[in-house]
Amino acid sequence: MRENRPYTATRNACKMCTPLGAALAFHGIEGTIPLLHGSQGCSTYMRRYLISHFKEPVDIASSNFSEETAIFGGGANLKTAIQNIARQYNPEMIGIATTCLSETIGDDVDMIIESMGDIMKETALVHVSTPSYSGTHVDGFHHAVRAVVDQYNPSGVKNRKNSRARKKINLFPGMLSNEDLRHLKAIFKDINTELALLPDYSERLEGPSWMEYQSIQHGGTPIKEIQKMHRATGSIEFGTILAASVERGNGSAGSLLESRFNIPLASMGIPIGVKATDRFFSLLEKMTLKMIPKKYKEQRGRLIDAYVDGNKYVSKKRAIVYGEEDFVAAMAGFLAEIGIIPVLCASGGKSGLFIESLRSILPENIFKQVSIHQGMDFTDMEEHARTLMPDLAIGNSKGYTMTRHLDIPLVRVGFPIHDRVGGFRTLHIGYKGAQQLFDTIVNTLLQKRQDASEVGYSYM
Amino acid sequence: MKQISAKKLLLPSSSTGSISILEERKQQVYLKGNDTFEISCEKKSVAGSVSQRACVFCGSRVVLYPIADALHLIHGPIGCASYTWDIRGALSSGPELHRMSFSTDLSETDVIYGGEKKLEKALVELIETYSPKAAFVYCTCIVGIIGDDVEAVCRNVALKSGIPVLPVHSEGFKGTKKDGYKAACDALFKLIDLGYRRSSFHYPDILRDGKQKIPLSINILGEFNIGGETWIIREYYKRMGVEVVSVMTGDGRVEYVQSAHRACLNVVQCSGALTYLAKTMEAAYGIPYIRVSYFGIEDTADALYDVASFFTEAQEIMERTKHLVQEEVEELLPGLEEMKQDLTGKRAAIYVGGAFKAFSLIKALRHLGMEVVLVGSQTGNREDYELLKEMCRPGTVILDDANPLELAKYVIEKDAHIFIGGVKERPIAYKLGIGFCDHNHERKIPLAGFEGMLNFAREVHDTVTSPVWDLVPRKAGRSSSIQIPVKGEKP
Repeated sequence: MRENRPYTATRNACKMCTPLGAALAFHGIEGTIPLLHGSQGCSTYMRRYLISHFKEPVDIASSNFSEETAIFGGGANLKTAIQNIARQYNPEMIGIATTCLSETIGDDVDMIIESMGDIMKETALVHVSTPSYSGTHVDGFHHAVRAVVDQYNPSGVKNRKNSRARKKINLFPGMLSNEDLRHLKAIFKDINTELALLPDYSERLEGPSWMEYQSIQHGGTPIKEIQKMHRATGSIEFGTILAASVERGNGSAGSLLESRFNIPLASMGIPIGVKATDRFFSLLEKMTLKMIPKKYKEQRGRLIDAYVDGNKYVSKKRAIVYGEEDFVAAMAGFLAEIGIIPVLCASGGKSGLFIESLRSILPENIFKQVSIHQGMDFTDMEEHARTLMPDLAIGNSKGYTMTRHLDIPLVRVGFPIHDRVGGFRTLHIGYKGAQQLFDTIVNTLLQKRQDASEVGYSYM
Repeated sequence: MKQISAKKLLLPSSSTGSISILEERKQQVYLKGNDTFEISCEKKSVAGSVSQRACVFCGSRVVLYPIADALHLIHGPIGCASYTWDIRGALSSGPELHRMSFSTDLSETDVIYGGEKKLEKALVELIETYSPKAAFVYCTCIVGIIGDDVEAVCRNVALKSGIPVLPVHSEGFKGTKKDGYKAACDALFKLIDLGYRRSSFHYPDILRDGKQKIPLSINILGEFNIGGETWIIREYYKRMGVEVVSVMTGDGRVEYVQSAHRACLNVVQCSGALTYLAKTMEAAYGIPYIRVSYFGIEDTADALYDVASFFTEAQEIMERTKHLVQEEVEELLPGLEEMKQDLTGKRAAIYVGGAFKAFSLIKALRHLGMEVVLVGSQTGNREDYELLKEMCRPGTVILDDANPLELAKYVIEKDAHIFIGGVKERPIAYKLGIGFCDHNHERKIPLAGFEGMLNFAREVHDTVTSPVWDLVPRKAGRSSSIQIPVKGEKP
């Protein structure tokens, strides 16, 4: 693995900044408006970025720094912003994320919030520190989830375990698609187990057409569910890198509940592919003592049959996989199980845990063939990919420039998808998600072969 | 902490009464025929309002972005570069360096120890690799705080590399998007002036007696070649016999920008962004300027006539212009007339960056028989709003620096059929079952000039006449094309 990129500058970044992840996570909480403490542009750019993916209104407020604010501190602006949001949106919660600007001038947001006293009785204020120069959007996302869990489950609160609450499971899925989140909810419904899914933007960021204006769209994890998280049977957290980072002493929402309330935490990779989904279901069986419904076994059966039908078209094909580290790791695991070699696994993230994570997921013979790069941008990726003879790339739409230059097809998954409709509806997880991914990948390869063929057979 | 009440989040049905206008914003929301106050504008957005505006950096970035053979390096943490990568539909006929996103990607240690060294190293490497004709270094918020001496780094690298390396003082918090335009204009002027000084060094006599001017020539300012618009407009001037020295910045090249001082006239579109540069050039080189718009038939024709009448020494230009306009309009009208039949009486809402575009859009929509019920801009000034008040019919809502809540409130109240705006306005329109036309930087279709008017009409027509609105709950049952049987009624 190359740690040091040859270029000092980042050229076509494969990452976004921390506050974006926080803003997205806050959108997954009922009645919540994100507020970025910084310049107007941060909010507007991130709104535009998220709107272009979700095709839904994504309101993000700003404390709107001016030159004077930068000199004298952002306290007054932040207070005004909070009050104006409360008046216009009447939210349950305002999720306040900092930016590089407010972090660098050293605003003490907690103190500013505290100094507002009881003015904000109707609206909870949750603060997360997200300096844009540290980490990526993924970190911002996880930090926001942890901050919310932290605030609503303070140390002093009584860990009252009644029999009803005991059956409940907290699930921290990370940055998944709307369809992924809906699939998770359906699974829990099918095994008749209560779920606290945090965050859950699947309704808010993919709702029906409106009869009248909704200042805050319906949906999101209800705050009263978050408040009860310390009474759950256990927590599940997706992400091998997130788990490894917890082991290194970094906090996560799940680890916080574990250390503060002894809620057992089970961590696993994002369940993409048969093997990872098997692990997820067996974990569920263990935690809930419930049998997995027949429906899912049938899905699994059809999926493996499909793998068999398509094996020749994918075997030994070479893929570039990129995006968030945890997403890439899980996707690489899936590719390995269908016979595709993820010759290049790349991420703009730089956790230092990427290699180990992939080593734990990939079989040894595959792992040896994989070139792994953290902190990589798309221009480096493109240059490196030229030496690897890839057949296709799998990742978000930002890789299009690269795949166009490389003249290979791009299978669009993950976030963001800016150049297609419905990216937020892509199902990645579970047997059903693997089925859809498998079909898309096989068909992409078939189309490439068919288009390139001089004969152009109308059979496979 | 408050307990949840799901009901509270529901607004009363069929009403927008619960959308309140913030007290501080009441002077920025004007109802023609009802209100009489002067619209408050050109002020900072209220903290906590979800303004549709961006920041200083955004203003600079949009203006300079289309210069295709320059390096655009964004000095700051990664976000500002990520969110503006390949963001505009600004086309280039040659190099495409502008479509890459370069960032110094500042990390925690850079913030602590300063980013100057990293900036210098990044610049040197990138200039070596991509051989740009000039480099722009955009300062983002944090640079203004950690105090990097970007000027010094740029000077250094310029000396080493032999190309102009220009700092753009676009720290996000140092004003509004308009200040970003100004910072971009400053950088552009520096570039032009370098060209001016270079040529006066080589040809001092020629410059002194004024012969450096290219006869019958103009610069096009504030035209960004979205979807190829610059090419359309250049072609008109070519047919008129007017030489275009440089376009700032559509399909832009450093070399041509540096020759801009040789033009006889600056023709400024998108008044908000580049009027400042035109004024600066007038003061420095005595080049007069006029303000025009290329959106809509009337404004495009006016623009060409205004330019033609400037060159009194060449009467044939006016003759050619008249011929051109006549030819173009004749070709255009049948298509427009056909669409007009479906569009007559439909109501439109407009929310755009600069007010100048709004003027043109109002005229263009009237041409299609449509009525404007809401019009607003992010950066309009006092004169702009006075003119809007004059242009609009009673009952029209005029907004400065609006937010999604206000926009939604008035498009519902005014029952608009189409919303004309940018990406951030699109979901507001669509969620409420209203058609949408993108008139912002991200569009890929040329809407300028005569053929642009036809494209615009098609865009409007396509969305307004789409059958999907019949299925949208807010509109269902209102339409004549689908009858939903109501209980007790015979279908």
